[in-house]
Amino acid sequence: MDLDTIISVLAATLRLTTPLLLACLAGLYSERSGIFDIGLEGKMLAAAFAAAAMAAVTGNMWAGLLVGILVSIGMSMIHAVASISLKGNQIISGVAINFLAAGLTTLLGLTWFHQGGRTPALAEGGRFLGLDLPFAFELKSVPVLGPIYDGLISGHNLFVYLAFLAVPLTAWVLYRTRFGLRLRAVGENPKAVDTAGISVVKLRYQALLITGLLCGVAGAYFSIAQGSGFGNNMTGGRGYIALAALIFAKWRPVPAMFACLLFGFLDAVQIRLQGVDLPLVGQVPVQAIQALPYVLTVVLLAGFIGKAVGPKAGGVPYTKEN
Amino acid sequence: MTNLKRHLGALTAGVAAVALLAGAALADPAVIYDLGGKFDKSFNEAAFNGATKWATETGGKFQDLEITNADQREQALRKFAAAGFNPVVVTGFAYGDPLAKVAAEFPNTNFAIIDMVVDAPNVRSVVFDEHTGSYLVGAIAALKSTTGKVGFVGGMDIPLIHKFYCGYKQGVQAITPGAEVIENYTGTTPAAWNDPVAAGELAKADFDRGADVVFAAAGGSGLGVLQAAKDAGKLAIGVDSNQNYLQPGSVLTSMVKRVDVAVENAFKDGTAGGTWTSGIQAMGLANQGIDYALDEYNAPLITDDIKAKVDDLKAKIIAGEIVVHDYSSDNSCP
Repeated sequence: MDLDTIISVLAATLRLTTPLLLACLAGLYSERSGIFDIGLEGKMLAAAFAAAAMAAVTGNMWAGLLVGILVSIGMSMIHAVASISLKGNQIISGVAINFLAAGLTTLLGLTWFHQGGRTPALAEGGRFLGLDLPFAFELKSVPVLGPIYDGLISGHNLFVYLAFLAVPLTAWVLYRTRFGLRLRAVGENPKAVDTAGISVVKLRYQALLITGLLCGVAGAYFSIAQGSGFGNNMTGGRGYIALAALIFAKWRPVPAMFACLLFGFLDAVQIRLQGVDLPLVGQVPVQAIQALPYVLTVVLLAGFIGKAVGPKAGGVPYTKEN
Repeated sequence: MTNLKRHLGALTAGVAAVALLAGAALADPAVIYDLGGKFDKSFNEAAFNGATKWATETGGKFQDLEITNADQREQALRKFAAAGFNPVVVTGFAYGDPLAKVAAEFPNTNFAIIDMVVDAPNVRSVVFDEHTGSYLVGAIAALKSTTGKVGFVGGMDIPLIHKFYCGYKQGVQAITPGAEVIENYTGTTPAAWNDPVAAGELAKADFDRGADVVFAAAGGSGLGVLQAAKDAGKLAIGVDSNQNYLQPGSVLTSMVKRVDVAVENAFKDGTAGGTWTSGIQAMGLANQGIDYALDEYNAPLITDDIKAKVDDLKAKIIAGEIVVHDYSSDNSCP
């Protein structure tokens, strides 16, 4: 393992962590307000499709991103109406969102683009490309720090930086603002919040709005930044991994980032380890390497994080007493 | 007298059966694609192109179907056979077991399967010498590479794709002995044919490890490899269909499997005026069933020297002077 290899693995880690982190923070807002959200996957998938479709038709990446976010917020609002206003079961509503997205994206993709559910590959301008940070090229020759700056920190697309900036922002909102205090309170004891004269329903709607926004950005990342165009089920269950990371992090923003980085790192290592001779063990079968992230998920969730207790009011629709 | 009647009866039944057969032979042909979809710009799209070519040339009509999950294979086959389509062509090795079952149920329908051998009297099995084509593109990769390292991104981790890898590696090492070939597979389930993001990450990993040409034998996932090559300013090699046009300047060449010719031939032979033959049909370099693609999109990349060298190798393989080891013959790669 030389420095270049390490940098390349870590850079892949950042790329693979980005959608997990955005989805994980999305789930954090929702669950901290007392609404379980198993539909992160569906919202991301729908956003990925909408963003790719819009970017393919208009050739404009910003239009794609905007439409992706709007569609994701729309799905989030369906979840909100079902679980806040209509007091339905939040798990069932979330599952419905996932199925709706999986079916609709394929159906619309087939009808609109006739490419087996794929959207056309995006042209230049339809996709977010890597950004070179200032002086990346000039500093490249500086030993150790140069390659780290050039290979690891610079050269990612906008979404990667946004995702990591969203972590301190979320921490600040959650622990330092009035909205954050109320959000945490409404997830623990909605009655107290209500007694204080603050609308539980409004707060929860606001939380789900943010969830929709972040899922939309995560979805768009798949199809118009990391990839070029939408493919069937391209989110590949990462919404669930994000949910696992959220529980692993006990619903806190900074630990959530580390949990997502761990999963992203395992994914990156999985890709790099293929066909590599490891010391002592030799070449490991592809299947074993690909199972690694999931094995670690089970091990970590089962044994190493202690008791994870979610927000107390999670999953319970709030009913005002008369 | 009664004897004569019985004979007449048998004769009529026989005539009816022949008429029925003839009726079936005049039916419309059909093709069922594998997961990855009709427009995967690769394997299935080649099948669609062949079917379309047949339709425009003969004015005939054909039916096609894209399955959306693996369980639909047998169901779709049985439905098409029962509806009277003949011949029914299926693309992909995964149809092997379902077809063996359904072909026995419909002995009067002709079937063709691409990439798999199904031993039944009414099945034509079309197999390709992928190893020789992969050998040629491997040689091109080695001739083009400046780092002495090249990559391979396969789709699903199965013997058929190992056959591509093995041929590719032999071609690379025929030009540059000892050159490193980095071997990757997108996954172990059929979803691996449709995961361009994972395939793109694998290609990026190969580029980071010093490879400058990556061969994608991964169906729809290969699009991610081509994209990654373009983003990194490196080269990719396409597969099945001619994919040179997808990222002009970044696709060195494509290992073309003329699935379109196979489907077109099956349609021609199985419909009116054609003569159907069952059994194994081998497509290789000699009958242009396999080739490397050279067109206006990659012409600037393939120099005259490379072309001369590769065409020489091709002639030698056809003449039998070079024997490319076929992975599927003993499930190992030298």
